[in-house]
Amino acid sequence: MGSNGKITRSKDLTFLERMYITEIVKGLRLTISQMFKPKFTYRYPEERFEPAESFRGRPVLVEENGVERCVACGLCSRVCPALAIEVQASETELEKERYPIKFEINMVRCIFCGFCEEVCPEEAIVMSNEYELVFSSQEEAVFGKEKLLTPMEKLRGRLEFLRNHR
Amino acid sequence: MGTVLLVSVIKFLIFVLSILTTAIILVYLERRISAFIQNRLGPNRVGPFGLLQPVADVVKLLLKEDIVPRNAYKAIHDLAPIISISVALSTFAVVPIGDTIELFGYTTKLMIADVNVGIMYILAMTSMGVYGITLAGWSSNNKYSLLGGLRSSAQMISYELSMGLAVIGVLMIAGTLRLDRIVLHQTTYLGGWLPAWNIFLQPVGFITFVTAAFAETNRLPFDLPEAEPELVGGYHTEYTGLKFGLFFLSEYANMVTASAVITTLFLGGWHLPYAESLGLSPFAVSILQVLTFLAKVAVVLLFFIVIRWTLPRFRYDQLMDIGWKFMLPIAIANLLATGVVLLLLNS
Repeated sequence: MGSNGKITRSKDLTFLERMYITEIVKGLRLTISQMFKPKFTYRYPEERFEPAESFRGRPVLVEENGVERCVACGLCSRVCPALAIEVQASETELEKERYPIKFEINMVRCIFCGFCEEVCPEEAIVMSNEYELVFSSQEEAVFGKEKLLTPMEKLRGRLEFLRNHR
Repeated sequence: MGTVLLVSVIKFLIFVLSILTTAIILVYLERRISAFIQNRLGPNRVGPFGLLQPVADVVKLLLKEDIVPRNAYKAIHDLAPIISISVALSTFAVVPIGDTIELFGYTTKLMIADVNVGIMYILAMTSMGVYGITLAGWSSNNKYSLLGGLRSSAQMISYELSMGLAVIGVLMIAGTLRLDRIVLHQTTYLGGWLPAWNIFLQPVGFITFVTAAFAETNRLPFDLPEAEPELVGGYHTEYTGLKFGLFFLSEYANMVTASAVITTLFLGGWHLPYAESLGLSPFAVSILQVLTFLAKVAVVLLFFIVIRWTLPRFRYDQLMDIGWKFMLPIAIANLLATGVVLLLLNS
C-alpha cells in the first residue's frame, strides 16, 4: 500500500504470470529443489549443537592450579540484573588473600546476559558453552562452588575469545 | 449369485482397507515431505525413519477423550464425521484399478461396482461430502465452525460446476459414462505413438478438473473451510479424539479418491503405454495394470502434497473470483471447442 492508500506495484503482472500456471510451476521447482538440500535441524540427543566461542552458556568459575581465580570482590553479584549470584568472602593464605567461601548462582534466575563475566576484574567467571540445564526442583537449581568450578583448560576457547573481542 | 456377492464383499474389503492404509501412510508422507521442503527432518523417532509415527498418531487419537460442547446438537455432531468418512470411502467404488482379472477360473472386473453411470455417481457422492462438513460446522454451535461450514458449502457449489463441465469434455470424447470404457478409450494411440490419454486431448479440461479437485478435497490453496489462522481449525474446531480422527482420515481418503478419479479420467487409468506389445500372460497383464494405476495415483498424490507446501491460501473473495470468473468461463469455452472439433472430425 502506498501512502495514499492505493495499491502500487513496481511492475504489472504479464499475461503469463496472471495465468497462474507458469508461476505455479516455478514455485514447484523451488519447493522440490529445497527437498534435497541439507537440513538445518539436528537429531538432537544423538547429534549435538557445538556452540561457537561467542556462545553464552551457563556461567562458571575458572579453576587455575586447583583453586578458583575469584577474589570475592562481589562485583558480579552487584551487576547481576536478575540477582542470581551470591558471594561470601573469606581470607586465605594464598597470594590473592581473599577467596569466596560461598559462591552460589541460582540458575532459575540467571538470564545469561554475561554481565558478570564482563565486569569481573580477574577473568574468574566466564560463560561456558553448556546449554543443557535441567532441574527437578528449585533447590537443585542453585549451583554451588562444586558445580561452578571448571578447570581452565576447558575454558581456553572462551578466554581467548574474551581477550580478542573485549 | 452367491459367488458374485462373495467376490463383491472381498473386493470391498480390499478396497476399503487399502484406502484407509493409504490415507494413514499419506499423513506420514505429508509430514515428512513438508519437513524436507522446509529443510527440517520431520517425524523420525517412532520406528525406522519414523515409519510407525502414523500408528502412534492413530493410537493417540483413539485414546483421547470425546468432548461434545454443551450447546452442540449432539445427534448431528456425532453424525457429521460418519457422513464425511463414508462418502470419502464409497466414492472409490466405481473407480477401475485394472481391466479384468482371472483368479481360480473366475473372471471379474477390477472395480467394486460396475455402474453404467459411474461419473454421475462420483459427482453425486463428492457433493454429498460437503454435508458432513457443513453439518459439523453448524452443529458445533461455534461461530468459527459455522463459518468453516458455510465457506465449505459455498466453495463446493462454485467448484462443482467447473468440475462437472470439465468431465463433460471427457464424456464427449469417450461417448460413455462408464469409467472402465473411458479408460479403454484412452488405450489407443494418437498418430501411432502418443497414448490417447485425455490429458493430451483435454489439457484445459485437465487443469480445470485438477483445480476443482483441490477445492473439493479442501486442500491448500483452497482449504478455506479449515483455514487455521482465521478459523482456528474451521469445521472441526469442536471435535476431539476419534471423531476428529475420522475427519482427518476422510480428508486424506478424499485425496486418494480424487487422485484415483483424476488418473482414471485424464491419465489413462491403468494403461501402461506399449505394454500390449510385451506379450505377457493375462494374469501378469492384470497385475501390471494394477501396479501402473497405483503408480499413477501415487504421483498425483505427491503432486497434491507438494502443491500444499508451495502455494499460499487464497483469500475468500479470490476463491470466488477464480471459481466463477475464470474456471467456469474456461470450462464452458473448452466444452464449446471440444464440441466444434468433434463435429468437424465426424462430418
